[in-house]
Amino acid sequence: MAIREEKLNDDYIPLDYSGKNRSLIEKTNFRKKFKNFNKNVKKNWQLYIFLLPALIFFFIFHYIPMYGVQIAFKDFYATLGIWGSPWIGFDHFERFFDSYYFFRLLKNTLLLSLYGILLFPLPIIFALALNELRNGPFKKWSQTLTYAPHFISVVVLVGMIIAFLDPITGIVNNIIVQFGGEAIPFLTDPDWFRHIFVWSGQWQSLGWGTIIYLAALAGVNPELHEAAKVDGATRMQRIIHINIPSILPTVVVLFILNIGSFMAIGFEKVLLLQNSLNSETSDVIQTFVYETGLLEGQYSFAAAIGLFESAINIVLLITVNYLARKTSNNSLW
Amino acid sequence: MSDKVFDLLNKSFIGIIVLIVLYPLVFVISASISDPSAVSTGEMWLWPVDITLDGFKLVFQNDAIWLGYRNTVMYTILGTLLHLIVLLPCAYALSRKELKGKKIMLWFILFTMLFNGGLIPNYLVVKSLGMLDTIWAIVIPGLVGAWSILVARSFFQQSIPDQLVEASKMDGASDFKIFIKVVLPLSMPIIAVMALFHAVGLWNQYFSALIYLSDENLFPLQLILREILIVNEAAASAGGGGPAHAAGSFVEQVKLASQVKYAVIIVSTLPLLVVYPFVQKFFVKGVLIGSVKE
Repeated sequence: MAIREEKLNDDYIPLDYSGKNRSLIEKTNFRKKFKNFNKNVKKNWQLYIFLLPALIFFFIFHYIPMYGVQIAFKDFYATLGIWGSPWIGFDHFERFFDSYYFFRLLKNTLLLSLYGILLFPLPIIFALALNELRNGPFKKWSQTLTYAPHFISVVVLVGMIIAFLDPITGIVNNIIVQFGGEAIPFLTDPDWFRHIFVWSGQWQSLGWGTIIYLAALAGVNPELHEAAKVDGATRMQRIIHINIPSILPTVVVLFILNIGSFMAIGFEKVLLLQNSLNSETSDVIQTFVYETGLLEGQYSFAAAIGLFESAINIVLLITVNYLARKTSNNSLW
Repeated sequence: MSDKVFDLLNKSFIGIIVLIVLYPLVFVISASISDPSAVSTGEMWLWPVDITLDGFKLVFQNDAIWLGYRNTVMYTILGTLLHLIVLLPCAYALSRKELKGKKIMLWFILFTMLFNGGLIPNYLVVKSLGMLDTIWAIVIPGLVGAWSILVARSFFQQSIPDQLVEASKMDGASDFKIFIKVVLPLSMPIIAVMALFHAVGLWNQYFSALIYLSDENLFPLQLILREILIVNEAAASAGGGGPAHAAGSFVEQVKLASQVKYAVIIVSTLPLLVVYPFVQKFFVKGVLIGSVKE
């Protein structure tokens, strides 16, 4: 290291005999750089054309909406436009925080997300189990069949839930009644909403969620397993002491990504599963944004609530990423 | 625990999960060709009972479903084509070493993963562009995402050799020509992956249609399905609150709905389920390329 520095200095000193010369060098460097860039654009202009449609798209459909977020601090009138509407500061936020439904919305959103996060280990367990299978038709079919529900649309999924759980004609209640139980009004009972939402999500995504873990498990060094076998480790011990630590970095990264979309998950499904009788637990921040903003036309108010939600998301993402970096050295950045 | 016992337990565990995942799917297929009263009394619980195709007949007679089907096919094809046209050149350009200012442009795109304006500002943009109640409201706002650009870019970086591009340049080919004649033919796997992911997304989405479209002639299949599977059903279970329907026609409608329900699920999901086993490996590949480069 020291030698290298010396060498650098050696190279530098002959050039640095006067300040005048030095600035000249910098100037020509800059000019050269600019000229290079210019030349580069001229030479490769077609590559820049390739980029153009995507950049324009991102500008219009991502950056203009970001600019439009300011209506959260304004009293938005369509006739005045985003720029022309008057500023009102944090009024919308205050109105939201003071409202009687604020606590309910926040609680429902957090509980629903937390419930989903609690089930985060399930695909990992399933992937560890699949990984223990020898390659063959059983493994292949298990994967193909459990991946399939991933491609079912959310409308069809909710349609299936409603049909299966119908209090009179649904198969679930038919079975309950057959065994002497009493039919349960699953869809209109607020107590059931969270279970239905989260477990139907697991049904749909459990198999698909294993793909990344299986890839990580395929990368585990087989020599580790050989060595452990020689030492007399059982399969279970090898899973716990070799496989799990090997995929831990993948797990941490996926967990952080999961937290990053903590409160956004599944809003479209909530909207479909929601009805007037279960709204006590199914009213979440995003459905409320949709209702007040698009159905009632209170654009500014709804934009403020939406902004509040993305602010929480970003704070959560940064916090979890920080904790992950401190505790496990694995993080997104 | 010996290996044999472990294997047995592990296989049964996986077997149970596969059965849990499979059962609802089999049930829907069986219910779609069974007598509706056998389905609603629970007599039909696994295999079809009193096979009938009435449900499918009703589905095929329903104009709204056909129209929705046609619209969805149109949106999916157009949207996927546009997706590829915007995505591929951009990802390719970002994979080239000679492109200067790449970092800034990548950040410009990646930042949109972290923060977005949210529902209302997005809606206002679409509205102010006059896209409401047009096909563009469905295909344009979700045209391309930062994630797909990253995935396609890492594919190009890994599988298009630099020498190949440089040699073609020596021969005097322009970037346009190289991209179309040299790069695209070598990129069929990634084109398939990206097209499939986007097409499935378009086929299955209902929300943008719900907020951007009010003209029923433009409704995609998923919105029609929502009507049949969810909205009608909710009205029925809320205690016969079907508005503006005479009592007789309401009962008929409920009966029709229960017959049509399962058949319509099959009809709408069939294209995906038929193609799925053949393209599964592409999807898996897509997830994996995406996960290599965070």
